[in-house]
Amino acid sequence: MRIILYLIQKEFLQIFRNKTNLPILFVMPVLQLIVLSYAADFEIKNLKVYWMDNDQSSASRQLYRDLMASGYFTIAGTGFDHAEAAAALDKNEADLVVEIPAGMEKKLVRKEPQQLQVIVNAIDGTKAGLANYYFGRILGDYNQREVAALQMRVVAGGQPTARQVINVESSFWFNPELNYKTFMVPGILVLLVTMIGAFLSSMNIVREKEIGTIEQINVTPIQKYQFVIGKLLPFWLLGLMVLSIGLIVAKVVFNIPFVGSVGLIYAFSAVYLLLILGFGLLISTLTDTQQQAMFLAWFFLVVFILMGGLFTAIENMPGWAQTITLFNPIRYFIEFVRLVMLKGAGWQETRFFFAVIFAYALLLNGLAILNYKKTA
Amino acid sequence: MKRLTSLIRKEFYHIFRDKRTLLILFGMPVVQILLFGYAITNEIKDAHIAILDQSNDEVSRRLTDKLVASGYFLPDGQAESIGDVEQLFKEGRIKMAVVVEPDFADKLQHEGGASVQLLADATDPNMANTLVNYATAIIQNFQLELNQPGQPPILVGAEVRLQYNPSLKGVFLFVPGLITILLMLVSAMMTSISIAREKETGTMEVLLASPMNPGQVIIAKVVPYFSLAFLDAVVVLLLGRYVFGVPIMGSVPLLLAEIMLFIIMALSLGILISTVAQTQQTALLLSLMGLMLPTILLSGFIFPIENMPLPLQIISHIIPARWFIVIEKAIMLKGVGIAYFWKETLILIGFTVFFIGVSIKKFNVRLG
Repeated sequence: MRIILYLIQKEFLQIFRNKTNLPILFVMPVLQLIVLSYAADFEIKNLKVYWMDNDQSSASRQLYRDLMASGYFTIAGTGFDHAEAAAALDKNEADLVVEIPAGMEKKLVRKEPQQLQVIVNAIDGTKAGLANYYFGRILGDYNQREVAALQMRVVAGGQPTARQVINVESSFWFNPELNYKTFMVPGILVLLVTMIGAFLSSMNIVREKEIGTIEQINVTPIQKYQFVIGKLLPFWLLGLMVLSIGLIVAKVVFNIPFVGSVGLIYAFSAVYLLLILGFGLLISTLTDTQQQAMFLAWFFLVVFILMGGLFTAIENMPGWAQTITLFNPIRYFIEFVRLVMLKGAGWQETRFFFAVIFAYALLLNGLAILNYKKTA
Repeated sequence: MKRLTSLIRKEFYHIFRDKRTLLILFGMPVVQILLFGYAITNEIKDAHIAILDQSNDEVSRRLTDKLVASGYFLPDGQAESIGDVEQLFKEGRIKMAVVVEPDFADKLQHEGGASVQLLADATDPNMANTLVNYATAIIQNFQLELNQPGQPPILVGAEVRLQYNPSLKGVFLFVPGLITILLMLVSAMMTSISIAREKETGTMEVLLASPMNPGQVIIAKVVPYFSLAFLDAVVVLLLGRYVFGVPIMGSVPLLLAEIMLFIIMALSLGILISTVAQTQQTALLLSLMGLMLPTILLSGFIFPIENMPLPLQIISHIIPARWFIVIEKAIMLKGVGIAYFWKETLILIGFTVFFIGVSIKKFNVRLG
């Protein structure tokens, strides 16, 4: 036990004597948490329309008014020239071009169906899909209201048939205002804690290898497990500290609701950090230089981050990719944090997450201890 | 010149003798583009929902069948009451619940209206919003069908053309994004670490005491990384082109030239980081913790910049990756020429000059 305490003391001395690392470790995560949480708004507003009205009728002007009144679209320009419209798309000045055919109103009165030309900039698939969807919905309303009225006027005495209406009421649970920060802040906090834990621990043992100080430790009577615990504990405490600061920021700056129990979050984070540190240590024992270690850690982290369910929903992925995400620790932490913080889930609902993370942590740390040989 | 080439040779030896790093360096982009290209998509497919049909009559069944048949939704979990729905939400099993009120067909027939409730799990607001939008559209269509059986329901239709990316592939966004992240990593991180490593192991003193001037030492350091990063970019472009069909509509030489410019920019950022960092750990923390998330989040790679709040849009201007992604998309997907992005190019040049300038000012020939 005393040996472990000395080792921990040594690690802390090494962490704290480096005056550049400390601010990076504590200030950068907080700054990023505050700034980046604002970035992830998928709610598409202000789609820029280039409007080509070849009809210039009251029917086409009504459609224009409907479009602008919806709040989703703003006007980027109007004109009649196709080349100008294409240039507006090329220069990113417009997201979509809408062209009204000439004589639309007259033909509608004669009950001839009309086709509008819509060109959407589809580089960003999500945005294009939504633009398409919003436009379709506005056009649908327009059809029901305006076009029907237009034709009703002509066919005098036309009997409106009894209509059956389905009212769709939607309600958004756990986050009624659709505040995306409640979603992003816990997620980004998870990413930051994971990055700090994984990078620091993966560079740690390998650093001793590279500088050669590991030989000095190898010749002492220190046991393997003592050495590994001595390496793990300081980073574990550091990770919990960063997490605490992050949670305070989430509460104070963003006013994120804490529906569930804070104690449960800490209990889970404690196990989760063991897992991440074990992952870093395993990398550290497998590599020879800090450069290699960092590369490996980076590779896995980018995969973990992008496939963690924060930026793109896991449900949308193909089956085999969903299977891969079962090995992604970030996925579990993000789901867990959302369940507990926002939905108020308790131990009963989250037992499974604890079991997975705990088993995973045991596995990785076990491998790391086995892999660390006391020979250089 | 001869000194410089032999110094460059030394750096190449450092890289090539380390087979593992080399393997990771070229294996990584391949694995990542294949993985992300297939796996990451924002298209809604098989979102798990619960259906609570309190009426269970012919019309309500037709409605729920229609929702399921769309392919967007997958029924999962039995819900007999709102309480069950809440439990399913808490277990994280479903994203949305569709609640049909009792006596649905009856009310439609005799009262002219009935209601459907969509309860969405808004802990993921974007997903919740999209699901509700999709479901509403399907229900509206169903209503049109109910009212006008047989007739074409729409009189003004829209013929939609999806410009630049007709099949709405997510990979079209990912290839430019991934190239950017990779170049940033290989260039900025590797240079900063390898210079910090010479400082840490003490070999930097040897180099500085040699007849080489510091400029040559630095140039020799970055040349190998320049070529490696460039090769990586080419590998990703080829994979994108031949595996995923991401086109390069514009001029290939121009694209390669812009890639080189971005690499030089990232290399000079790496040099700047290494003038600050004394150890590899500090260099790593600065370049990874400092660059990774901002590059992913603020570059427009995943989240559209126009949607961000104004202060963040302003902050995004200092992320070089943001400008580079605009250039890549313009050349690869739109096929336009330099006239459309000379401004972005100038900004990247500006960044490069700035980073190099500051590094020269901060460079200390004598070490601590």
